[in-house]
Amino acid sequence: MVHPRPLSPHLSIYRPQITSVLSITHRITGLALYAGTLLLVAWLWSAAYHAECYQQLHAFMRSLPGRLMLLGWTAAFYFHFSNGLRHLWWDTGRGFSLPEVTRSGWAVVVLTLVLTAYTWWRVLGAV
Amino acid sequence: MMKGGRNLGAAKEGVSHWWLQRLTAVALVPLSVWFVASLLVVAESPDPFRVADWLSSPASALLLVALIIALFWHAKLGFQVVVEDYVHTKWLKYALLIGNNFFCVLAALACVLAVLKLHMFSIVSGV
Repeated sequence: MVHPRPLSPHLSIYRPQITSVLSITHRITGLALYAGTLLLVAWLWSAAYHAECYQQLHAFMRSLPGRLMLLGWTAAFYFHFSNGLRHLWWDTGRGFSLPEVTRSGWAVVVLTLVLTAYTWWRVLGAV
Repeated sequence: MMKGGRNLGAAKEGVSHWWLQRLTAVALVPLSVWFVASLLVVAESPDPFRVADWLSSPASALLLVALIIALFWHAKLGFQVVVEDYVHTKWLKYALLIGNNFFCVLAALACVLAVLKLHMFSIVSGV
């Protein structure tokens, strides 16, 4: 009889850990930011060629759904940015011990929250 | 025997993907912080002339073009890895890989064109 190939890792029975959760979040936020580049294109293109569209885009981004999208992208950006710095640090061959990986992981979470909160405090304070 | 395969790794493209992913990441660290800080001021106004005014400075236009190139290059490489890791249906995988390239090149060119237009506009009109 032919045995099925072993499957690993069994994601569905793994206890989520800070390391694995941040790893997949890096990819998810990367994809979200990839989608967000469409807004960058729309923003610059409308500013250059369609002033009326620019104003409509601006108005939508100030509405609640628009703001929530921007909040999501802000958090995604700061996460990907902070965790990206963590990756660049690893690329120098440092920070690989388990306590260090856990500590830098939580630092990424805290930094993301602080930077997102600070940015939106600036945004809403300027209204 | 080893000569041809040395330093090429499993993907047969050597260090270029890995290296360019890091190179663009390092470039994006200061560029993205500068861009977000600029957005907080520039995107506040519903007037596209505010964007043109910002990009009338050669330094701003230059940095934004640099950011656009680094950003879409980084996005292209990142999306490619996600597709290669998770999409195993052959036609879909290649459709996504090809679409990824077309999208990133076209979006980057559109952004650069818009930046040039906004930059030139302010020169022509003397803003």
